[in-house]
Amino acid sequence: MEVWRPAAGLETLRRRAMILAEIRRFFAGRGVLEVQPPTLGPPAMDPALESLAVEGVAPGGGRRWLQTSPEYAMKRLLAAGSGDIYALGPAWRGGEHGRWHRVEFTLLEWYRIGFDHHRLMGEVAELAAAACGPRPVERISYRDAFLRHAGVDPLEADENDLAAAVARAGVSPGWPPSGRDTYLDLLLSHVIGPALGHGAATFLYGFPASQAALARLDDADPRTARRFELFLDGLEIANGYHELTDADAQRRRFEAERTERRFLGLPVYEPDEALLAALEAGIPDCAGVALGVDRLVAVALGARSLAEVRFE
Amino acid sequence: MATYSTNEFKGGLKIMLDGDPFTIVENEFVKPGKGQAFNRVKVRNLKTGRVIDKTFKSGESVEAADVIETELQYLYNDGEFFHFMDPQSFEQKSAPQAAVGDGAKWLKEQDICTVILWNDEPLSVEPPSFVDLKVVETDPGVRGDTSGGGGKPAKLETGAVVRVPLFIEEGEVLRVDTRKGEYVSRAKE
Repeated sequence: MEVWRPAAGLETLRRRAMILAEIRRFFAGRGVLEVQPPTLGPPAMDPALESLAVEGVAPGGGRRWLQTSPEYAMKRLLAAGSGDIYALGPAWRGGEHGRWHRVEFTLLEWYRIGFDHHRLMGEVAELAAAACGPRPVERISYRDAFLRHAGVDPLEADENDLAAAVARAGVSPGWPPSGRDTYLDLLLSHVIGPALGHGAATFLYGFPASQAALARLDDADPRTARRFELFLDGLEIANGYHELTDADAQRRRFEAERTERRFLGLPVYEPDEALLAALEAGIPDCAGVALGVDRLVAVALGARSLAEVRFE
Repeated sequence: MATYSTNEFKGGLKIMLDGDPFTIVENEFVKPGKGQAFNRVKVRNLKTGRVIDKTFKSGESVEAADVIETELQYLYNDGEFFHFMDPQSFEQKSAPQAAVGDGAKWLKEQDICTVILWNDEPLSVEPPSFVDLKVVETDPGVRGDTSGGGGKPAKLETGAVVRVPLFIEEGEVLRVDTRKGEYVSRAKE
């Protein structure tokens, strides 16, 4: 094939465009406002995310970072009283490249005022149905999914139990893993995730508190956070939260992430004071979700890799 | 010690695991929605041929295996080792029985083989895909039967036995596909 010709066919790109139009129609019909957050801003604090720096783009010639998601910026808008908002555009995550990963990818993120994570799951299912056609929707707790597919209780098991579950599943780490979350991530990415969302839209909810990210903890079971993911055909499509709105709690989580970054030898960033100030000013009770549009399109079109559905 | 980072992983890359050399058959980057990234690979043990699954933390480094593929000429077998020579440098290498394995029955002196060297020692030997070998033993030919149907066993000069058409006679030289272990044709002299 000629080097200039995009690998994704034009018919695929036309169908992709129809899905993007469908997404915008979906939100227009619900009165959710499209916004365009700046794609250059502060770096992500999450140690598992690599923000890519761009030099000379801040006033005075300083550096900024390509967004890994528009979350911090959108929360400032929520504090300013925007109401329901969504953003559809590119995001970047350094080092992530594979069949289902790209350094540059297309992200849809939205926030709904007054929703909790369960109500937002319902809306995510409707959006997925609008893009991919209807499927039965199922919800399974993180704990039940681990019990069913890995035979281990992710909230109670110690590291030895988790290591045994990893070995039972035929997963063989090439290094000595340490930390419960490492084992949980191994099981989720190798065993549980691939088993979810076949013939259904499957929501996994109630992640361990140690993996709360920007979700609030669940008062009913503080071992878990009000965080969910959607799986279609074994692929993780979306990640959402009943959002943490407490500025002090957010500051403590940033501090913990800075400590972790220092421990791992990663760049340690200053917290995004604009976000913390926005939380102090107050953002309404809301739920938000980030959805991988390239993967959604791949599922809708039955593609076997992102390369088939992206213009690259 | 040379190393490869997981982001250099791709099919064919040779790495060391638990003291053995492996080749990467398949590499997949996986990552939960939030959390750590991994490289999930299928690797083949170059000593045993066994394929296993292995997972690495993305960004980690793995020791590189000093493995190269080269073409060597087969010289002789002394009962314990198979001896080869580099046709350019005339340097000789000896391969143990295990490195040659089943391929031994196709090895004819002078033939050029593909040899995988690990730390400069033969790790595996692959005979040429097609070899010309003389029939040393087979039932008498059935003249006129050129149908090739049915066939009969024929023992070749290297000891290998293949099924050949009924018209083949002892003393004839045959072309054999070593990957399938099948007769192809009479060799053109």
